[in-house]
Amino acid sequence: MLDIIVDYIPVFIVGGILCLIAQIVIDNTKLVSGQILVIYITLGVILTAIGIYEPIAKFGKAGATVPLTGFGYSLVKGTISAIHKNGFIGIFTGGLTATAGGICAAIVFGFIMALLGRAKTKM
Amino acid sequence: MDDKTRLREEFDKAVPKATPKPPYVKHGIAAFTIGGGICVFSQILIDIFQGYGLNYTEASTIQTIILIFLTALLTGLGIFDKIGRVAGAGTFVPITGFANSIVSCAMEFKSEGFIFGLGANMFKVAGPVLVYGITSSWIVGIIYYIYLMVS
Repeated sequence: MLDIIVDYIPVFIVGGILCLIAQIVIDNTKLVSGQILVIYITLGVILTAIGIYEPIAKFGKAGATVPLTGFGYSLVKGTISAIHKNGFIGIFTGGLTATAGGICAAIVFGFIMALLGRAKTKM
Repeated sequence: MDDKTRLREEFDKAVPKATPKPPYVKHGIAAFTIGGGICVFSQILIDIFQGYGLNYTEASTIQTIILIFLTALLTGLGIFDKIGRVAGAGTFVPITGFANSIVSCAMEFKSEGFIFGLGANMFKVAGPVLVYGITSSWIVGIIYYIYLMVS
């Protein structure tokens, strides 16, 4: 039982730190969550491209892939593996292919909830 | 006029003093634990699906879809907002935040019509994320492709 818990500690720490950094930024600057999400995904792309994010993802697993930096990581990884598979076309198809499940789910479930729900939420 | 500018200056000085400081420690702990918790939950899902014989890519795709579904449901029920107010970055940095922005924008703008309300505004927050994510990863792809050609 204990070694199972130990396995999840890196996940918790990496995921927690990525959220903590965003919280510190939001409490100390005028940035809002939408801007931080854009910064995070772009940072994920850049860090993956220069080879820093891969070891973080190996260590933190879902702790690195579930935060939005992980979205950028999937985009780059998908692009690169598609380039190896399909050549030039892969530059255009790889990123979205790798992330299609999440994007489609968000659109469809978002649409369904909007149909069912009443508009009382505020951003 | 002079009095007015002086008053203005005093006011500007007084505002930052009177504005309550955000409870940094409380916010930090909430973001860290809830964000970390969402990631651990996701990892548990991935491990379960891999246990059923799915490969890592399939397992993590299903995990993402489940997380997005739960977020959509909780957003629709109005529960996500309440969690988000406590968790701060703990819920909006994980993929849950991306999903929540799509669902809540869709719900909010439904009253302005299905096409130009719901349809157009669904990606109000998530759209920029995709624009910058996809464009930057496309640039990385181009650079990588050229690098492969050259080497």
